[in-house]
Amino acid sequence: MTPTMGGTTEMAIGLAHYLTVGAILLVLGVFGIFLNRKNVIVILMSIELILLSVNLNFVAFSAWLDDLTGQIFAMFVLTVAAAEAAIGLAIVVIYFRNRGSIEVEDISTLKG
Amino acid sequence: MIAALAFYLFAAVLIASAVMVVTARNPVHSVLFLILAFFNAAALFLIAGAEFLAMILVIVYVGAVAVLFLFVVMMLDIDFARLREGFQRYAPIGAVVGGILFLELLLVLGSWTFADQSEDLRLSPNPGASVTNAEAIGRILYTDYVYLFQISGLILLVAMIGAIVLTLRERVGTRRQNIEAQVARSGSISLEQVPTGAGIRALGIRRPPEPEAEPPAVTHDAHHGGHH
Repeated sequence: MTPTMGGTTEMAIGLAHYLTVGAILLVLGVFGIFLNRKNVIVILMSIELILLSVNLNFVAFSAWLDDLTGQIFAMFVLTVAAAEAAIGLAIVVIYFRNRGSIEVEDISTLKG
Repeated sequence: MIAALAFYLFAAVLIASAVMVVTARNPVHSVLFLILAFFNAAALFLIAGAEFLAMILVIVYVGAVAVLFLFVVMMLDIDFARLREGFQRYAPIGAVVGGILFLELLLVLGSWTFADQSEDLRLSPNPGASVTNAEAIGRILYTDYVYLFQISGLILLVAMIGAIVLTLRERVGTRRQNIEAQVARSGSISLEQVPTGAGIRALGIRRPPEPEAEPPAVTHDAHHGGHH
């Protein structure tokens, strides 16, 4: 890593630490999707975890390179994540209203 | 030194609460641990120097998205025990996929380097300590990235309309206010001077028909009054 960068914020912690935390968070999100195959709400929360890890990486690189573009992009990721959560939860609500359960394995009946 | 300690503390709590989000038995607990995870991620953002994004994370995620999750989890009457049937069955394959993914990520982490000219390739360098983080972001967000900013607003609008359209339900038999009929009413609106104390019944103003169950209630009332 280039030691000349990381200027304004005194970075006592290496970039690798942030990236490791982000990687662990991403793996936990993927694991959660596998683990809760039937519960759509927990799957949506796992997707939020994955997006959070992406944001963590963006912010870490942004701080390390002293480039604000990463933080701008993280804001757009937040926007898309909020929109996705709203639409996903709306779909869950109408699915529950129609079928009385939120088991994902039945959801293939939605096609067509 | 203190920053490093705080980083390890917040990172540990973040990862622990992420584990609890994934494995908690009750989805309400999952949502609460998700809120804890967001708070700790905001603290990590603060340590990295992204104060504005940390506050946005707390406001948007904890204030809106997590509360939305909480609403939905508590509103839907779900048999949570039945949703966990495949938990043991899918755990091994999930662990295998997650482990492979993590190993690959570690390999990537160990083998990359910054390019030599990466300092010159920065799109919007941080203006330094003389400008706060929020102001620096505002300077480039509303100038260089204003179209993307507008598009993200459009995405939120589409999401809002989509969520409303998806969950809107037209029930038969509900009575609504019919504004056109009210506005188009003509000839039947008039102002009258009512003698004080006469009551509107004396003027022949029509009243809605009285309900059928009126007389028993009246006798009951009289009976009740008699007791007094």
